[in-house]
Amino acid sequence: LATLSACSSITPRNLSLSLSLLKSHFSLFLSLSLALRLTKLEKMSRLLQTPFLPSVSLPTKTRSSIPGFRVKPRTIPIQAKIREIFMPALSSTMTEGKIVSWVKSEGDKLNKGESVVVVESDKADMDVETFYDGYLAAIMVEEGGVAPVGSAIALLAETEDEIADAKAKASGGGGGGDSKAPPPPSPPPAAVEAPVAVEKKVAAPVKAVAASAVHPASEGGKRVVASPYAKKLAKELKVELAGLVGSGPMGRIVAKDVEAAVSDGGSVQAAVAVKEVAAAPGVELGSVVPFTTMQGAVSRNMVESLAVPTFRVGYTITTDALDALYKKVKSKGVTMTALLAKATALALARHPVVNSSCRDGNSFVYNSSINVAVAVAIDGGLITPVLQNADKVDIYSLSRKWKELVDKARAKQLQPQEYNTGTFTLSNLGMFGVDRFDAILPPGTGAIMAVGASQPSVVATKDGRIGMKNQMQVNVTADHRVIYGADLALFLQTLASIIEDPKDLTF
Amino acid sequence: MQSALSLSFSQTSLPLANRPLCSSNVAPSFTPRNLRFCGLRREAFGFSPSKRLTSCRFQIQNRRFEISASAGNGAPSKSFDYDLIIIGAGVGGHGAALHAVEKGLKTAIIEGDVVGGTCVNRGCVPSKALLAVSGRMRELQNEHHMKAFGLQVSAAGYDRQGVADHASNLATKIRNNLTNSMKALGVDILTGFGAVLGPQKVQYGDNIITGKDIIIATGSVPFVPKGIEVDGKTVITSDHALKLESVPDWIAIVGSGYIGLEFSDVYTALGSEVTFIEALDQLMPGFDPEISKLAQRVLINPRKIDYHTGVFASKITPAKDGKPVMIELIDAKTKEPKDTLEVDAALIATGRAPFTNGLGLENINVVTQRGFIPVDERMRVIDGNGKMVPHLYCIGDANGKLMLAHAASAQGISVVEQVTGRDHVLNHLSIPAACFTHPEISMVGFTEPQAREKGEKEGFKVSIAKTSFKANTKALAENEGEGIAKMIYRPDNGEILGVHIFGLHAADLIHEASNAIALGTRIQDIKLAVHAHPTLSEVVDELFKAAKVDSPASVTAQSVKVAV
Repeated sequence: LATLSACSSITPRNLSLSLSLLKSHFSLFLSLSLALRLTKLEKMSRLLQTPFLPSVSLPTKTRSSIPGFRVKPRTIPIQAKIREIFMPALSSTMTEGKIVSWVKSEGDKLNKGESVVVVESDKADMDVETFYDGYLAAIMVEEGGVAPVGSAIALLAETEDEIADAKAKASGGGGGGDSKAPPPPSPPPAAVEAPVAVEKKVAAPVKAVAASAVHPASEGGKRVVASPYAKKLAKELKVELAGLVGSGPMGRIVAKDVEAAVSDGGSVQAAVAVKEVAAAPGVELGSVVPFTTMQGAVSRNMVESLAVPTFRVGYTITTDALDALYKKVKSKGVTMTALLAKATALALARHPVVNSSCRDGNSFVYNSSINVAVAVAIDGGLITPVLQNADKVDIYSLSRKWKELVDKARAKQLQPQEYNTGTFTLSNLGMFGVDRFDAILPPGTGAIMAVGASQPSVVATKDGRIGMKNQMQVNVTADHRVIYGADLALFLQTLASIIEDPKDLTF
Repeated sequence: MQSALSLSFSQTSLPLANRPLCSSNVAPSFTPRNLRFCGLRREAFGFSPSKRLTSCRFQIQNRRFEISASAGNGAPSKSFDYDLIIIGAGVGGHGAALHAVEKGLKTAIIEGDVVGGTCVNRGCVPSKALLAVSGRMRELQNEHHMKAFGLQVSAAGYDRQGVADHASNLATKIRNNLTNSMKALGVDILTGFGAVLGPQKVQYGDNIITGKDIIIATGSVPFVPKGIEVDGKTVITSDHALKLESVPDWIAIVGSGYIGLEFSDVYTALGSEVTFIEALDQLMPGFDPEISKLAQRVLINPRKIDYHTGVFASKITPAKDGKPVMIELIDAKTKEPKDTLEVDAALIATGRAPFTNGLGLENINVVTQRGFIPVDERMRVIDGNGKMVPHLYCIGDANGKLMLAHAASAQGISVVEQVTGRDHVLNHLSIPAACFTHPEISMVGFTEPQAREKGEKEGFKVSIAKTSFKANTKALAENEGEGIAKMIYRPDNGEILGVHIFGLHAADLIHEASNAIALGTRIQDIKLAVHAHPTLSEVVDELFKAAKVDSPASVTAQSVKVAV
């Protein structure tokens, strides 16, 4: 240790001087470290939905290939005034280093010999000094981040004017760190992230409405109430908290809300992984298959649902009028799902208790908006895109929205608020000829309706006649803590009257 | 005698030399400075030869007492019921009582509540039980950690009541041990709230007794700032938290000192999420900055903890009528409202306030300062006029010098030494402290900024030596390589100014350093001592060896070692 405690410096030329002892092993260490870390990185990069960036290709540099990496050539392609600060090898066994803390921040002036960064190796924490005067232009691996030995962790500009250049360079190159930590805060990479973030922010107000109904102290959704771990996770996984509906006590956002947002979104977007599974020919019998993240999320939700005391009420609804209406408006792009959702939403508007949710067992919330979630089977799972404000949006827009949501779901591009803000769920197995089934209540909502196929049935009427009518059976599962039998009965009565006289659906 | 004296000497001697009692065997050419006996530092000034003679006589007397002590509690002086009355049977009172009996004093201890005081019943002891559980939970839950051992553990769970019982059982056991140890020695345990009636006179219940000397050791209670309403269920202090009646999903901990940190360790291991509220700008104030920075990286950042610093909790209302616990935060400097938190529970860990109510301090004209009983360096109580109250001492949390159980005990022992004729001043800088998080934090002496300030004022250079647990075989075998040890020392003479350890079993490792400070052992000497390999103690060994001291090793210490 004693030999190592002498602070090594890290600028290129010096590496070759002060670390000449290590130089001969350098490429070996680097390639070794990369090979070892590949699997971990791959997983990580997929999780973060960021490209895999293990220091291989800085475009401006000739770091030709990993094994052929040499210390010397590095200085050549770099403009003379901007130097890279590399992760130093602090011990002979060190393959990667963790940035403990940046002693200096971006823009700080550095004097030769000053400590710039504290690096944690496999043995100890070391201060790393600079051998050049200049300005710390860009930090490429944030505190807490890990970088392989020899990869660039920051840029050093010789003059203040070059800071901007260096920053551009840093963002262009993408840095050498494996970005376990969030990517550098310099503006360009932020822009790369931006599309996702912006989209979420735009969507936020919509969800905030839902959240405001939920949390007494969130001041109309202006404040986000999230538990410490939820906040931490959201930051790590880059989830906008304002976009989530909390399932914790008093509507607080808890970790599993964030996880759910990511695991659904994550697995949806990790299309490659899912497809691999789907492409596998058949199922290997007798094999143990670990849950995918989506299956894990579903499993958690299902187990959690056992804590809710549910009951079921069924109803048979005549659909002749609805079918007739559907035929009429089909050409205008209206779908049956949209019609059913609309009818349900209108019925819900008259029975707000069925649209309520009880989360903590002590109180319940009359949700301020009627967001009808509709279950859709997709490759490797199930997702519930949400038709927001289904009672207010007209049937044509609702149909368009539905189409858009289904397309997104298939492309696995649904945003969290597009599948986790439902206040009432519809599940329809009618297209498979199922005439009746019951559904499990998704935690955090008050009721779910299972819709069977509409089939021609022989019906006896009170006046003694027998006739043929199209009928479908619906079966509502509800949380009996807040929704009672009579509530559901009245709701179903209303729903039946709407469906049987559907002129209001198209208004 | 000679082997007991590890004399450290230096050329830069103080004007006045301290001599050990009756130590004619000290060569006159030596000028030993700061000679210390087991944490009891000899007073630097005012030792006249005659006083030394007196001391010698007392020591002989002590020997006689020791013989009588072996037969049980001593006989009282003629005019008093007791030689020593201790008010408060906490760890401080207990330590004093045991030492008093050893010294042949007839001793009574008065307790109004339960023997053992805060430490045993509502503090260090039950919290260690909870932390033992949390440490194991944490380990079992850490899949990565288990995997590294090649162990497979299915989901770890716990039974809250079982955990709570472990804590209360431990407290009961230790309380009984304490009670029995005093009973066995014949200490009279008197039940009732003790109050000082006048000089050498104490009341408990309806009884009045007299004692030649009196020690106040009434301890402290959790401090609750105003605006905070404690209901014992959702807004709690450490007293309630140790009963572990619930494990809230989200608990705010007000204060990030020892108590708050330890509880954050317990709660997060049991599945809670924690929000720290700290009035100062940094978490873990009072620790060496480097240690607190590292501790934050290990104990806070990766756990389910967030924090608000630089804010006061100006108002906390317990949960009721379906509403959560509401916490209003104001800026610590501007006092402007900053935020409102709604959590499931709040733990108030803002420190402890001395418990001195009803002690009858007015009878002897003693005015407390912020509740603390003013004492001099010998724990003698000082009255409102700045005069010493004869025969009255105050130890432990009630005097506020160093609010630690073992400090109280050391102060008690120091007082007993004094009343049996040996003058003593306790060196508080040699008293170690520990925080039993996972991993633990321990420290003794100065922090680096304190040491540097002192060095600047007094004109000496301050150096730092650091070692890492990552380089320690035993720590790596345990897969617990996270941690550092840091020593602050004087390179000119090898004096240890402070040692701070963060890592596996840090609390057990600190004593080598604290003993060295107490005994005045210099680095150049202790670095030659041998440590078993592979043990965690090598972390400290490395620390001594990494130090660069200009002075050579003490010849005397070496020769003595050879002689022994």
